[in-house]
Amino acid sequence: MKVNELKDKLGLEVLTEGDLNAECTGCYSGDLLSWVMSKAEAGDIWLTVMGNINAVAVSVLCDCACIILTEKAALDDTAKIKAEAQGVTILRSEKNAYQLGVEISKLI
Amino acid sequence: MDSIRLHYLVPGDDFTRAGAASSDVKRTLKELGVAPSVIRNVSIAMYEGEINMVIHAGGGDIDVEITENEIIMTLADKGPGIENLELAMKEGFSTAPDNIRCLGFGAGMGLPNIKKYTDEFRIDTKVGVGTTLHLKVYIQ
Repeated sequence: MKVNELKDKLGLEVLTEGDLNAECTGCYSGDLLSWVMSKAEAGDIWLTVMGNINAVAVSVLCDCACIILTEKAALDDTAKIKAEAQGVTILRSEKNAYQLGVEISKLI
Repeated sequence: MDSIRLHYLVPGDDFTRAGAASSDVKRTLKELGVAPSVIRNVSIAMYEGEINMVIHAGGGDIDVEITENEIIMTLADKGPGIENLELAMKEGFSTAPDNIRCLGFGAGMGLPNIKKYTDEFRIDTKVGVGTTLHLKVYIQ
C-alpha cells in the first residue's frame, strides 16, 4: 500500500509531504531512537510520539516509508523544516500506537 | 577505484546538526551504487557515533575512507572518556542525562548498535583524554 492510500484510509493529517507514492511494507512502533534504528526496516510505517529533528534523521537513515505521530503528538518547527528538506512524509493521528497498529495490520 | 576521503567536524551540544555527517556519507555511498544494506549499516553506526559525541563529548572529528572493499570510519573526541567500557557496551546501560532521554536518546543502545552494524570495531578510550572509535564495514 502506498503512503497516499494509507493516509486516506486512516484519515491522517498531513504535516509534511515527502514521497506519497512510497510503498509501505511494514510497521514499527517505538520512541527510543537507537532502538528504532536497530529494529525498524526499510519501508516501515513508523509510529511514534517523537516529533523532533532527530526522529526525522532516524527515519531517513532507516528509509521508513513515513512517520505517523500518534495521539496528536507535536511536530517541532525545526523538525518540520528538516523533514521538508529531506523529503520525509510526516502524518498525524489522534489514535494511539496500538489502535493504529491494529488498523494497519488489516491494510498491508 | 581510488579511495575517497571525507572529513566532518561534529559540533558539540547541537542536536540540530547531529546526523549531518551520516546523511552526507549515506548520499555519497548511494551515488557510488553501494548496496542498501551496507549503506544502512554505515549510516546507523555513524549516526550513533555522532550522537554520542554531541551528548557526551562536546563534539569531535569524523574521518571516513571509502575504498573498493570497505568503508573505514574513525570517530575521535576529546571528551571525558569511558570509565567502564564493559558496562558501556551493555545494551540498556546509559549515562545520558534526563534532558537527553526526553529527546529519545539514552536507551543505552549507542555503542552496542555501532558494534552490531560494523564488521570491525575497536574502541580506544582514556578517562580525561577522550575516545576514538575505529570502525570498518565491508562492501560485499
